[in-house]
Order: sequence, then C-alpha cells, then structure tokens
Amino acid sequence: MALAGMFLMLFLIFHLATNLLMLAGDGGESFQRAVAFLTANPGIKIAEYILFAAFLIHIIIGVLLQLYNYRARPVGYHKSIQTETSAFSRFMFHTGVIIFIFLVIHLINFYFIKLGWVATPEYADSKHDFFSMAVVLFRNPWYSAIYFVSFIFLGFHLKHAFQSSFQSLGINHPKYTPAIKVIGTIYAIAISVGFAIIPVYFLFFYQA
Amino acid sequence: MNFTLKIWRQQNARAKGGFKTYPLQDVSPEMSFLEMLDYLNMQLIEKGEEPITFEHDCREGICGSCGLYINGRPHGPQRNTTTCELHMREFKDGETIVIEPWRSRAFPVIKDLVVDRSSFERIMHAGGFISVNTGCAPESNSSPISKLLADKAFDAAACIGCGACVAACKNSSAMLYAAAKIAQYALLPQGRVEAKERVDKMVKQMDAEGFGFCSNTYGCEFDCPKGISVDFIALMNREFFAAKSCGHK
Ligand code: HEM
Ligand code: FES
Repeated sequence: MALAGMFLMLFLIFHLATNLLMLAGDGGESFQRAVAFLTANPGIKIAEYILFAAFLIHIIIGVLLQLYNYRARPVGYHKSIQTETSAFSRFMFHTGVIIFIFLVIHLINFYFIKLGWVATPEYADSKHDFFSMAVVLFRNPWYSAIYFVSFIFLGFHLKHAFQSSFQSLGINHPKYTPAIKVIGTIYAIAISVGFAIIPVYFLFFYQA
Repeated sequence: MNFTLKIWRQQNARAKGGFKTYPLQDVSPEMSFLEMLDYLNMQLIEKGEEPITFEHDCREGICGSCGLYINGRPHGPQRNTTTCELHMREFKDGETIVIEPWRSRAFPVIKDLVVDRSSFERIMHAGGFISVNTGCAPESNSSPISKLLADKAFDAAACIGCGACVAACKNSSAMLYAAAKIAQYALLPQGRVEAKERVDKMVKQMDAEGFGFCSNTYGCEFDCPKGISVDFIALMNREFFAAKSCGHK
C-alpha cells in the first residue's frame, strides 16, 4: 500500500512536469516533444507497467482495507466520534474513490486513444496529438471543472498520504518526521495546484 | 450539579441492548466519574432497579479496567486521564452525558458498559514476555542501558491496556496497544533476543482477533490516557519488516 502509493507520488511529479510544458505558450511544441520522447523511450514502457501495477495494488488493497475496517466495528457509536484527527486522514477512501473516477475518465480521454481502444477525435492530428485533445477538452468548462475539483481532492489525499506512507514503512524520527510532514504538505499543495492551474489557463488565458 | 445520563444497557452478550436515560441531581463537582455512577447505582438499588454494570478496579489510573466511551471520546473530554480520574467538574451543569461501551468486533459487550478485552490478553500471550527464567533481579549496573532508551521503553510500558486506542480509532485498530507492548521489550537488550519472533507472533494474533488495520489517523494517540506516542507504531512496523525480511513466516 505505502510502497505503491510512494511510487504513484513519484509518478505524479513527472506527470505534472510534463503537463506544465503545455503552458509554455509555444502552441504545445515543447509538450509534444516531451510526449514523443517519452513514447519512444523503452524505459518508460517498463515504468508504465509498474505504474499500472502500482495503481491496481494500491486501489485493491485500499478497498479491501476499508471494507475490513468497516467490519471491525459492527456496532457503531451513538454519539459521533469526537476524537481529534485530521479530516484528510478520515476521508482517504472517499478522496481515493474520487481520484479513481477521475482516473477512469482520464484514461478514456487519453490513454485509450493512444492504445486505439477509443477512436481518435477528428480534431487531433494523430493518436499521439495529446495537446490538441487537451485544448479541446479544457475549453469545455464542465471537463475543466471536473479536472480542477479532482485535483483538489487529490491534494487532500496526498496531504495525509505523504507522511502516512513513511509512518507505515516505519520511517519515523524525532527530528525528521516533522520535516516529512512539512514536505508532504508542500508536495500536496504543489501537485494539486500545479495540475489545477492547467484547466484554468486553457479556460481563461489560452489563445489558439 | 445536575445531569441527564444516557447510558447503554444490555442484559448480556446475546441480548439486544439500548439506551436508557437517567436524570441525576445533586452531583458534587468533586466526584470522580465512577463515583458519580456509584451514586446513580445507589439510587437505582434503593428503587429496586438493577444497577449499571461497569468495570473498575484501582480507581487511580493504573489498572486500565475503567474505560467508558463518554460523549464521543474514550475516557471522556479530558486528555491523558482515565475515566476513574476524570472529575464531574469537567462537565457543564445540566449537560446530557452519553455513556457507551467500547465498540469493536474484538471487544464484544458482556453486560451494560463492560466489554470483553481478553483479545488484548491473547496478543500478550502470543509473545509479550521473555521466555527465560531470570531468577531474582540482577545487579543493575551489569547491563548498562542508556537513559534515553530506558526512558523510551518506560514510556511504552506506561500502557495500561485499557483499550481506548481501539475505541478511539475509526478502524478499531489495536496498533497502538500492540506497538507499546512490543516496544517496551524491543528497546531493551533483554528484549532483543526474541524481538523478531515476538513482533511476528503478536502482530499475527492481533490480526486474528479481528481488529481493524491502522490508517495513521492518530486518534489513538490523541485519546490514550497514558499519552503513548504513535512513534511506537512506526517502531513496530520497522520491527515487523525486519522480522519478515529475515524469513519469519
Ligand atoms: C495518483 C493517485 C494516488 C496516489 C499518489 C496515492 C497515494 C497514497 C499514499 C502514499 C497513501 C498512504 C499509504 C500508507 O500510509 O500506507 C495512500 C493511502 C490510501 N489511498 Fe491512495 N493514492 C492515489 C490514488 C488512490 C486511489 C485511486 C484510491 C482508490 C480507492 C486510493 C485509496 C487509498 C486509501 C483507501 C488509502 C488509505 C490507506 C491508509 O491510509 O493506510 N488512493 N494513497
Ligand atoms: S479503575 Fe483502574 S485505571 Fe481506572
């Protein structure tokens, strides 16, 4: 769970870095070049398989964990739990489900096109022309809104997840744990804000 | 002080329980929470009703038997305090106080507010001991231990096994309890000898008892009457991975 989550967190950094190239203002040229580089790279192919495995492991264990934990308290409390915990930590499963729904939409819109499972839209030059696809999708306010909100929830997930993954692996230290928590917060904000500004840019600032 | 008490009543382990409301007048703010319940029970006995069953022994915060879920928190509103050491002055006059037993699959209710915590004992039986007989206490300077480690082990050993961690956890996880019991040995040279076997067996027993899995929400630490730190959970995880990586099944 924690190892898979850590791999996913690492992946997000690379994904965000690539996506931010779309904001370079060069009509998607540097973004497309990065995509071409990545698709041509055999190492990335391997990383992709690991990524799918990580998602599957993380989601399956996450769901099983949640189901088991519901069962661990068959009779609940009458008075709602007043023990102080962070809201992010209490709603990991719920934010996870939102991320999962987004993930499905996301795969249909991009990855399945690349695989040829979904027909390439006519406005795209090829099934690798992710930039044109992204522009059209982000110009749709509904899609942009869903994208934006999903990444806010991803930020909530990550806010707890970052430090939780270290704790789960037994990495805890009086001096470094507070630092891990701060870095986790910065990471969660950077990832969610980083992704969330992309639809904002295309919706309000982009000129074709 | 006057209170309205909403208390879980359940005849036995199989019976279906329910809440009953008891108004209680003239409670002294100096009464402990258990004395307040004694006071209510005396009135119930005088009226010929069955008194409320609750567990207690030392009434000084060391035996761990008095856990009650009070107004949504194990051991009530005051942190680092057991129910027996909680005083009625912590409540507002006229307040409604909801009193429930611990809720967990691994802590079935026996009667009213008393739950069966023998699942904790079975975790201890699985490995919470040192198996050699050491005879009488050895000369204390013969095995030097740093003050830092000794203090830390003692912090872990402060666990009274009351079950508040399980009661507080949204997952009913017993990780803080098991971690404290494992850490009190793991930190000291005498405990290192069987450390791998111990963590392996105790974790296995904990899972078998039906406690939930930890998701690091840290509610256990917040409501532990002895202030046991979740750092011990990380320590247990470390010990566990170390045991697994050298082939303990
Ligand atoms: C890119 C997306 C995701 C990333 C980077 C991520 C990362 C993480 C990390 C690092 C943890 C902490 C693990 C631990 O402490 O052991 C975690 C926990 C969790 N994740 Fe995700 N996750 C993602 C997507 C999902 C999805 C799609 C689900 C699906 C339902 C999900 C469900 C959960 C659950 C239930 C937990 C709580 C388990 C716990 O706290 O131990 N996550 N996530
Ligand atoms: S009665 Fe012993 S700890 Fe409360």
